Amino acid sequence: MISVYYFGAISLILIGLYAILTKRNILKMLVGLSIMETGVNLLLISVGYVRGKSAPILSEGVSANQAVDPIPQALVLTAIVIGVATTALALSVAINLYERYKTLDVEKIRGLRG
Amino acid sequence: MVKRALAIITLLLIGFWLAKGLVGVPFGEDKMLVGEYYLENVKEQTGAVNAVTAVVVNYRGFDTLGEVTVLFIASTGVGALLWRRKKERSAKSEGSVVLTAGAKMLLPFIMLFGAYIFVHGHLTPGGGFPGGATVATAFLMLYLAFKEYEIDHKVFEPLEGLAGVGYVTVGLIGLAIGGYFLFDWIWQTWQFGHENIGRLFSAGFIPIIYTLIGIKVGTELTGIVDNMIKEEPKGGGQ
Repeated sequence: MISVYYFGAISLILIGLYAILTKRNILKMLVGLSIMETGVNLLLISVGYVRGKSAPILSEGVSANQAVDPIPQALVLTAIVIGVATTALALSVAINLYERYKTLDVEKIRGLRG
Repeated sequence: MVKRALAIITLLLIGFWLAKGLVGVPFGEDKMLVGEYYLENVKEQTGAVNAVTAVVVNYRGFDTLGEVTVLFIASTGVGALLWRRKKERSAKSEGSVVLTAGAKMLLPFIMLFGAYIFVHGHLTPGGGFPGGATVATAFLMLYLAFKEYEIDHKVFEPLEGLAGVGYVTVGLIGLAIGGYFLFDWIWQTWQFGHENIGRLFSAGFIPIIYTLIGIKVGTELTGIVDNMIKEEPKGGGQ
């Protein structure tokens, strides 16, 4: 039986992938990409969870054996920032595409110039 | 219709395959190998109470350096992609009085809270990236509430570069003192703050690096917003 957190994370990844595969509007594809990133981050975080333990901040009575794994959280901190950076770059490419072709439909853009 | 059905079938297959792989990774059980070492030694080795920021800045400092580089390249790339001769704000109307007055009142609170987050990165949840993003939201609020607002580019871009150079400089001082890049010289060599773990003046170079990262992230995200919110004036060519 798979955990509900894993199920939710996989579902988010699949929903994002579905948007990227089937949508024709570039902005909708970017929304799909962001949803996929969120799913991957949720999956990483839930792998590090240990049942009944608290956040890895060792102050006020939280000792080392009462905290969850800090490494996935550090990895996700990096992944979130990289996701924001790629999204910002992709959005500015989308702005440029709209100004040049006056459309955001990927199939029309492909038809306009090879 | 066929395309969508095919996509759904393929995705269900991928999902089944992923779920099958994750059955071998039990949820909620102790799987720590290196994590245990970090948790047990974080207080003596780095002085930080927050294990995540100690891992991010101290144990795996190279990751953060690469992350800062990625953000810098993204900010530069956005600037290069949206570069135009004449840039003007495209806002048509000023915000309402309630909006502008509220923005003026909220601004110092948001800035102060952002600075609080990145200064206390070694004690509380947060650190340089969330703090910097909070500071950037303050500038975003100014951009959205006022028609004429624009950041001072002569201050912002040098500040961004200086914060990045400061991070590398802290690492290079560690190379000179301790023998490897990003060596925590304040904690290991100077022994500064050894007696007050859990208070503000502890944790070696983590607060210093996180302050620099906070300034860098705040200015970078503000720069991205500034580039994206501007348009060519009406009637201008390419």
